[in-house]
Amino acid sequence: MTVTEVIEKLGLHVLTSKEVSDTKVTGGYTCDLLSDVIANSKTGYLWITMQTHQNVLAVAKLKDLAGIIFVNGRQPDKDIIQKANEEHIAVLSTDESAFSISGQLYQLLK
Amino acid sequence: MVSRYDFSRTFEIKGRDFNKAGSISINIKEILKELGIDQGIVRRAAIASYEAEMNIVMYANKGEMTLRLNPEVIRITLEDEGPGIENIEIAMQEGYTTATDEIREMGFGAGMGLPNIKKNADIFELKSTVGKGTSYNIVFYLNSKGDV
Repeated sequence: MTVTEVIEKLGLHVLTSKEVSDTKVTGGYTCDLLSDVIANSKTGYLWITMQTHQNVLAVAKLKDLAGIIFVNGRQPDKDIIQKANEEHIAVLSTDESAFSISGQLYQLLK
Repeated sequence: MVSRYDFSRTFEIKGRDFNKAGSISINIKEILKELGIDQGIVRRAAIASYEAEMNIVMYANKGEMTLRLNPEVIRITLEDEGPGIENIEIAMQEGYTTATDEIREMGFGAGMGLPNIKKNADIFELKSTVGKGTSYNIVFYLNSKGDV
């Protein structure tokens, strides 16, 4: 399943430009500790988090993640979206909680 | 195309510069990929260099990271000018951290950095002098298995 399909099925808001979203989603990881995400996420994962500062992009880039989903309607710091577009990282958001969106993504990818 | 047999490059790291934090490790990952290094080894090296880079950003005033390659190994060395580590054995324990609340609210300082380096490297040596700084020697064998 691609990021675009996940966006449609889960009704996610797309904060970056749409053409960056055709990466294949291989799984998901929900955590706000960057070192834990560095240690345990894998290529193609969607990362569900409430951390919205720009260091999340370095983590996503380093681990070749498919994208980042910000939860509870949190909006990222200003410069992040432009940088994410340049780096081709899909940045998404949802008004739902980490628990709820993780469950839905799990069901979708299962 | 750069040669993987005599590669050496040094990067400067500024302490507390969270805006650029991680960029050197991304750079190192790109270089290793371009040199045709095994993907799993690239992944491990990227994790280790990121954690070391972040330690310098979080705790030190400044530092340098050097990436070197020869036919047998990738070697990443770091030297920083900073507070140093009082007890390396304790610092290596998972969950131990001296990070400020502010740093921890950003999701850093979970006490996983040094253990993550150890887990991913084939050799990890850490030396530190309190009040002066810390040096890292991180080695990956090119004939080793990809992922941990």
